[in-house]
Amino acid sequence: MTPVWRDHLTQIIVFAVLFLGVSALGFFAARWRRTGSLDHLDEWGLGGRRFGTWITWFLLGGDIYTAYTFVAVPALLFAAGATGFYAVPYTVIMYPLVMIALVRLWSVSYKHGLVTPADFVRKRFQSRTLALLVAITGIVATMPYIALQLVGIEAALKTMGLVGASGFTRHLPILIAFAILAAYTYSSGLRAPALISFVKDALIYLVIIVAVIYLPIKLGGWGHIFNAAAAKFEATPAPGDGILLNANNQLNYVTLALGSALALFLYPHTATGVLASRDRGVIKRNMAALPAYSLALGLIALLGYGAIAAHVTPVLKDNNTVVPALFDGLFPQWFAGVAFAAIGIGALVPAAIMSIAAANLFTRNIYVEYFDKGASPAREAKVSKIVSLVVKFGALLFVVAVSPQFSIDLQLIGGVIILQTLPSVGVGLYTRWFHRTALISGWVAGMAAGLWMLYQIPNPATNHLHFGGSAIALTKLGLDSPKTLYVGFLAVAVNLIVATLVTLALRAAKVRDGGDGTSPEDYQTDRSDTTPDKKDPALV
Amino acid sequence: MTDSSVSGNPFSSVLINDSGMKSSHPRSRWNWLLPIPIVLPLATFLFNADGPRLAGFPLFYWLQLAFVGLVVVVTTLVYQLTKQER
Repeated sequence: MTPVWRDHLTQIIVFAVLFLGVSALGFFAARWRRTGSLDHLDEWGLGGRRFGTWITWFLLGGDIYTAYTFVAVPALLFAAGATGFYAVPYTVIMYPLVMIALVRLWSVSYKHGLVTPADFVRKRFQSRTLALLVAITGIVATMPYIALQLVGIEAALKTMGLVGASGFTRHLPILIAFAILAAYTYSSGLRAPALISFVKDALIYLVIIVAVIYLPIKLGGWGHIFNAAAAKFEATPAPGDGILLNANNQLNYVTLALGSALALFLYPHTATGVLASRDRGVIKRNMAALPAYSLALGLIALLGYGAIAAHVTPVLKDNNTVVPALFDGLFPQWFAGVAFAAIGIGALVPAAIMSIAAANLFTRNIYVEYFDKGASPAREAKVSKIVSLVVKFGALLFVVAVSPQFSIDLQLIGGVIILQTLPSVGVGLYTRWFHRTALISGWVAGMAAGLWMLYQIPNPATNHLHFGGSAIALTKLGLDSPKTLYVGFLAVAVNLIVATLVTLALRAAKVRDGGDGTSPEDYQTDRSDTTPDKKDPALV
Repeated sequence: MTDSSVSGNPFSSVLINDSGMKSSHPRSRWNWLLPIPIVLPLATFLFNADGPRLAGFPLFYWLQLAFVGLVVVVTTLVYQLTKQER
């Protein structure tokens, strides 16, 4: 049953009005809290490095908890049950795990005017090659992540009957949405998603609070919702599903949560959000305040069970539509429209930040480093703006020309490969112990191991023989156990072991290492302590 | 030594902080609270059960949601207690 747009007119109007209002806000953002000319990467790409606690809370909230999360996590619970709930422990442990590391990254970046994680690696290990690898890893991992935000918008559009007819018209709504997004990101930079995230969050919280109160009343209480889900999984032949974990997937649950938390910390868009903060205190306060979103995420995840209890069937056989379809079926039209707008706008915020992060990586660590050494700040900003357009267009092609499933598979790979920058970026924030050549070796080994393991994983549901998931059975690795484990976790372990062994070998052979462009106190610097290397108008 | 603003040159005070107040400083010990909200949410054996239910939520779900509260308490506590140091 394909929805017809005429039946969803109220929803479409509410969606369009909110979407266009937010777009106007995006263009207005260029003028908001402006301190200097936007012809500088610090202004365009980092919002002037002066966002306070509240703005950072909204910005990072929009950055970390993306529209795709809000659509895909409940879809996972809907399809497989408890394993999908890993998103909650993942976003809980993330804060205590990386809080201090991100504060250190802020300090050293502020001190030396660094914009990207690869900038940091360049400074710390004095290696262009390592910085290039980190930059490429970041860009490759980010592209499919942007594409997934489109998948999120599409889930809402499908439910409203706006996607269905074949050919060019099928993708027209998403093309328009992305053209608008590209235009205001180009003109306003990081200020656009920062300002828009206020609206996005207001809508998301409104929708969640209403849903969490209204759904159980409508469906006979939470107890009944959980029982309905349990009964559904009981009836299916699949061995891995259920509302609790089983003996074989617990280890995967734990390693996936841990690996995802570390991966999120390494994604370039997280660094972009963090570096835009005014000082160390802003980040520390946010690490205590951001988990509020995890509570929201947990409740949204449970909407997947709500959909089971309400007997929702996904639109066009796409599981990602279960939450939109649930709102479509159970709520008044106008409110469903608000929920769809929340998803759509929720996709714009991270898509903008991610494209800015990828553009900054390209500009700073590939373009300036290899093609135009003496580029002026204005030139840097210009290149970044144009690249942000290219990146978004590329992501659009993924979804429109290739297939959404392809970007979902790629995103899975993205998490595994971004983890391979953990030794240089993550561990590098604490110690310069690793030899730069050893870090490159570790990266190569971890990358090869990760991709090989992903290649070994089939997906029976989509009939794919390879790249079908991120949980590898230990039998595949020659161990006699049906337990599964997160690939990224194993791959980064290989990476760390190789980096350690090669470092010891190179030290023993007295092979020259690069220097260190940072000093220990750089990692403690705060805005109030010192003047950064370059002139900063915000300090006056 | 505890008050970095006493020194005229703010940059030198950073150096003093670094050598004199590092992890040996009593306040830093509070950072050792941070592993609690990392380890508990990963200990699946603690919560991989249906009962006891709370407001219809199986233990698996309500306890993991409760850990969100735990992480807020711990990170807030650590922030407040280590505020003065670098």
